[in-house]
Amino acid sequence: MTAPILSCREVTHYYGSQMACRNVSLDLYPGEVLGIVGESGSGKTTLLKILAGQIEPTDGTVSFAKKGGALTGLHEMSEAEIRLLARTDWAFVHQHPRDGLRMNVSAGANIGERLMAIGDRHYGNIRASAIHWLEQVEIDAERVDDLPRTFSGGMQQRLQIARNLVTSPRLVFMDEPTGGLDVSVQARLLDLIRGLVRTLGLSVLVVTHDLAVARLLSSRLIVMQGGNVVESGLTDQVLEDPQAPYSQLLVSSILQV
Amino acid sequence: MTSTVGDNGQTDGYNFAYLNEQTKRMIRRAILKAIAIPGYQVPFASREMPMPYGWGTGGVQVTAAILTPEDTLKVIDQGADDTTNAVSIRKFFTKTANVPTTTHTGDASVIQTRHRIPEQELREDQVLVYQVPIPEPLRFLEPRETETRKMHALSEYGLMHVKLYEDIARHGHIATTYAYPVSVSDRYVMDPSPTPKFDNPKMDSMPALQLFGAGREKRIYAVPPYTKVKSLDFEDHPFEVQRWSEPCALCGARDTFLDEVILDDEGGRMFCCSDTDACEARQQAGSPDDLLDQAS
Amino acid sequence: MTPVLKISGASKSFCLHLQGQIEIEAFSGLDFTLHAGEAVGLSGPSGAGKSSLLKLIYGTYPAGAGKVEILHDRKWVDIAAGTPSQVMDVRRRTLGYVTQFLRVIPRVPCVDIVAEPLIERGADEKTARSRAQDLLVRLNIPEKLWTLSPLTFSGGEQQRVNIARGFATPYPILLLDEPTASLDAENRQVVLDLIAESVAAGSAMIGIFHDADDRAAVSTRQFDISRARRAA
Repeated sequence: MTAPILSCREVTHYYGSQMACRNVSLDLYPGEVLGIVGESGSGKTTLLKILAGQIEPTDGTVSFAKKGGALTGLHEMSEAEIRLLARTDWAFVHQHPRDGLRMNVSAGANIGERLMAIGDRHYGNIRASAIHWLEQVEIDAERVDDLPRTFSGGMQQRLQIARNLVTSPRLVFMDEPTGGLDVSVQARLLDLIRGLVRTLGLSVLVVTHDLAVARLLSSRLIVMQGGNVVESGLTDQVLEDPQAPYSQLLVSSILQV
Repeated sequence: MTSTVGDNGQTDGYNFAYLNEQTKRMIRRAILKAIAIPGYQVPFASREMPMPYGWGTGGVQVTAAILTPEDTLKVIDQGADDTTNAVSIRKFFTKTANVPTTTHTGDASVIQTRHRIPEQELREDQVLVYQVPIPEPLRFLEPRETETRKMHALSEYGLMHVKLYEDIARHGHIATTYAYPVSVSDRYVMDPSPTPKFDNPKMDSMPALQLFGAGREKRIYAVPPYTKVKSLDFEDHPFEVQRWSEPCALCGARDTFLDEVILDDEGGRMFCCSDTDACEARQQAGSPDDLLDQAS
Repeated sequence: MTPVLKISGASKSFCLHLQGQIEIEAFSGLDFTLHAGEAVGLSGPSGAGKSSLLKLIYGTYPAGAGKVEILHDRKWVDIAAGTPSQVMDVRRRTLGYVTQFLRVIPRVPCVDIVAEPLIERGADEKTARSRAQDLLVRLNIPEKLWTLSPLTFSGGEQQRVNIARGFATPYPILLLDEPTASLDAENRQVVLDLIAESVAAGSAMIGIFHDADDRAAVSTRQFDISRARRAA
């Protein structure tokens, strides 16, 4: 049995007096995709941000296993260490590409930023990596010098993924990665993400309110409601035989095409 | 209007060098801290000065705080002693501090500058005060001040190279020619103010103390004497200074920063030194008249 | 014969919270053992819980009570009590499950869908694709469709793509939920052949076959779930 790459125990968070999530414990194992589903306001994005070290929880611990290392609590790491992880070993894919991209520099500079941040100082190599990653996410290499604002929504989202993956992260956080996209573009992106997860052996936490996305991407699901985890299990188990009343409501509310 | 000077050498109606002593002390504390942490931007309580922002209010406050009656002041604007900004700041200190002024780099003990470093090498007993419009080199890509301060604190300077990368991607070379970012003492990345990158190598291990004042932005930073100042670059696109194909039309210098001067509306132009003092000194040593003819 | 699957005292019921907490029982106190090389056809009337039993074994339905033990890597793993990662590992290497319903990402080519389980088990892309193409040929999927997404195919074609995917890698235990339903005679025979070949190669199989002839053709034994329930 392999050890988890990310783990949290009894994580509780309050915004002032407002409870955002309560008593959440979970483990993410290397190479697996864990989906966090629930309606807006259920606390899933807050939980994702806590797990990604962006918010310090009111209570509870989050631990991450660095390359070749044991689980270490984020609270034991310095801010510099967490920020370094955030731009090397971790990736964070935002729902809106503009939150995760620098819109006023070229696609190549967007991809190259993480490399330069870890000390890469060879322009030719950085550019070659940028082109390689554009191809990985199926963007024409000729667009390397174009600004992201000239890209379509789907291309921007793929650029955001490329920008995140260039440092070969082991852990990827995704917040509604297909949220703002056309259905036709969604499908292609889902396939791309699945392929990358498989070939790169990524561990992924994906927050989504779309159960179809959760079904196709994740092997395990956590269902959140009002800040609480109401159910968790294998994706097909949660979707085909939901146990909690809220999960049953959620699953029975899926629109049929 | 001329200022009247009392028997005690003080200027009538003004405290010495315009600012009151409390303010000068506050600014000196900021300067000392800046010298102690080379390249770090120290916040200070910038005062309203009798000139608009953008005219050197930061540099003037730094000069006022370090000036003594024994000092000789030189003020340059883009290398020239005779432009409006330079003349009015010189007059300001003549009136409020009654210090002697000079246009000769070698004779000055304090040199306030806007956008140039004199060609003549500075000495240990001189101080160079820069006027700075925007002290934050990271602002181009990261507008949040809270974030840039954190980036400085943690030495997260990848973003500076993103800007240079973008230059090469767009122009084939690093096209940033002024305000070219430098790393000070291998720690803080600093904006050298909008000096041409031609002057960057002069900042490295300079014997004189370099002080930077940004009035509107309320920041002071410093490079102590003999401090390492390195211009950022890529391994395969190393830092280079500007070169001109012709020498200065007035003095014949080939190793100075040249301004392009338009002579007529038929395409006539010439290049001459931006540092007027260095150019004049060279012309007096021997004027190359033939070059002037060629250019016109 | 060595047992590969042991179910003891298993029960399954559904609580419909949204409809006044109604409890619907699928079966209870069920005992069943499957041996290596065995092919068991599940029988019983519609609604007797045949599909539920397969889903219980696969871990899709959590058991209300009892044990569902599977021989995995020469060790017994109780699916009913296993952790998700254990269940996933059992599914990856021991337990295959073929239904008539295809559930895939839109716009992914048919050949890639069939090859995916092979690649997940570590086969290189070329080998995986060539095995996938062999299966598609056998199941009469025209070559011109291979690069298209099966979601655009007819129902029968989709079902055959799903069967190809299910048989792409060998599993020690195969669960089949109506793999031959609504297939024409020719394709039905192909599927029956695939099942027979798997069993001959050492897989144990439990299947639901709507057609009594099909069931008789591939099964070494039949198991009537409605009678099992009564016996409990």
